[in-house]
Amino acid sequence: MSSPDDTRPEGPPPGDVAPIENETEGAEVVETPAPPAHDELRSPVLEALAAKLGDALVATELVPGRDCWARIRVDAWGEAARVLRQELGFTYFCYLSAIDWLPSPYGKSEDDTAPAVVDSSAPLDHGTTGGATRFQLIARVERPGTGLGINVKADVPDDDLVAPTWSHVYLGANWHEREAWEMFGITFAGHPQLTHLYLPTEFEGFPLRKDFPLLARMVKPWPGLVDVEPMPGEEAGDDEEVAAE
Amino acid sequence: MTALTERQQRAYIGAIAAEARVNVELETEGMTLNIGPQHPATHGTLRIVVKLDGEQVIAAEPLPGYMHRGYEKLTEVRTYPQVTTLVNRIDWLGHFANEVPFILAAEQLMEIEAPPRAQWIRTVFFELARQANITLFLGDLGAQIGAITPVFYAFRDREHILNLMESVTGGRFHPNFDRIGGLKDDLPKGWIDECKTVMGRVQHFCDEMEDLLFGNEIFQKRLRGIGVIPPDIALSYGLSGANLRASGVDWDLRRDRDYPLAWKHADFKVWTHPDGDSFARCWVRLQETRESAKIVEQLLDGIPAGPIMAKVPRIIKVPAGEAWVSTENPLGEMGYYIVSKGDLGPFRCKIRSASFNNVSVIPWVMKGVYVPDVIAILASLYFILGDIDR
Repeated sequence: MSSPDDTRPEGPPPGDVAPIENETEGAEVVETPAPPAHDELRSPVLEALAAKLGDALVATELVPGRDCWARIRVDAWGEAARVLRQELGFTYFCYLSAIDWLPSPYGKSEDDTAPAVVDSSAPLDHGTTGGATRFQLIARVERPGTGLGINVKADVPDDDLVAPTWSHVYLGANWHEREAWEMFGITFAGHPQLTHLYLPTEFEGFPLRKDFPLLARMVKPWPGLVDVEPMPGEEAGDDEEVAAE
Repeated sequence: MTALTERQQRAYIGAIAAEARVNVELETEGMTLNIGPQHPATHGTLRIVVKLDGEQVIAAEPLPGYMHRGYEKLTEVRTYPQVTTLVNRIDWLGHFANEVPFILAAEQLMEIEAPPRAQWIRTVFFELARQANITLFLGDLGAQIGAITPVFYAFRDREHILNLMESVTGGRFHPNFDRIGGLKDDLPKGWIDECKTVMGRVQHFCDEMEDLLFGNEIFQKRLRGIGVIPPDIALSYGLSGANLRASGVDWDLRRDRDYPLAWKHADFKVWTHPDGDSFARCWVRLQETRESAKIVEQLLDGIPAGPIMAKVPRIIKVPAGEAWVSTENPLGEMGYYIVSKGDLGPFRCKIRSASFNNVSVIPWVMKGVYVPDVIAILASLYFILGDIDR
């Protein structure tokens, strides 16, 4: 369904992916609220989610009084949506997208126009709740009328970028999945109409992947970095310039 | 699946019947009408392909993307302070309001908070952006329904708000005034009094609009009962802001969430409407503008003294982490999910804009309506194309 991605080699991915993929490791990480962080509003949600999803809930994280995260196995992604909406009352769909954890081969170097080297064997540095794969889905749903929401993540296997669709549970996920599909190349199984939303139909490549070059930058380097370079004789942490009054 | 209103049911059955008629019974051909890419009120370029049977819409498919500027990609090669310049242009009528959630998310990761004076002025500016935005909505609403006068009134009164913005920030449309840790400048002398005068004008403008439009019989006939969105559908599509409150969901992030901003010091009412139709959406926005002017009037009297900038390093590096902050913007919930790796710029910045979700309901809500209703529904859903095509 998705057009072939010409920036990454087709076929089996590099060898480092296989061991990460293996299920025993996924099962090993299953120990829900590891940090003793507690929040009267959010802890019950994570506990209920753990009870409903069992070992499909890979990791959770909670910042008391602020926000909570849950990482779910991708095969339970659709079930998670159903549980969140119908059983836990998170009826408001906020957004669904993806994160490409590959370190940008282009970096932030403004003058470097040399072709980038995609090092897909480099270890990926995942953020909150960790991760095992290059692509991670992220979605957010909320309980209307409250300030309570939850961020849900799922690792999408590198060799098979497919996840179950949310569009039957949260109707709004339809467009968000179309966007994630064309921008990241993640296919959503069961999606009613996986067609281009923003991009022209014949567009090739997946623009929000880290190895997709920002073509405008390749043609003309951005001069903006000049403004934030340290002044001569100043350290990066210098707060002499703080506008106090 | 969901409880449809009686009207929706009839419309839905009508649409199915219409499709069957076109295809089978009479072997007539349905007509495909291409609305756009111009928006009737030039809020951008949205194309909607509408399949018609006679005057009735069988299917409507919005085709956005004519203005996509790739902000999510661009943020990855910008530093944090540079991003505010970009996000100003997402909802260009609510300019300043776009900057605030991004700055708050960055501040959350850096674990700093703007000084109280900056928080209050931020809130005042946020509400001014809301008024500038919705003022124009009310004017354009008239224009799209066929009343020409309101749009001139709207431009006249919005100008006062933009002048207020300009006298502080130097920019009428793109203030780029919010900084991590505070604000760029303090208020000039005499601004508060001037702002109070303008708030009086905004209140007066709302009264005028109510007289001109909302009591008008044609206006009511065009909008009442048109494009009904029940609350569960609205939530499922992620509608937010006035569109959601018009479906009877009592939810305003300004009231229900805790921000390091000054809304908690203001006394305001969150208006909802039980009908969920186009009229309700417009009416809720009108009331929202009035409440917004009240918030500003209240806050102006209490702006605390003190610095407008917290202590931040000259070169801003945001510590590694992930943060989500969204605010109740003029168009609805606008939020940023920032993934930071401790660099000068975000590693990934997901921009959740209100109009994207608000417009995604169009295929659902336009099934079975008639051609003139298409424009009325588009007008009442109120979107800015920059907010769809980020």
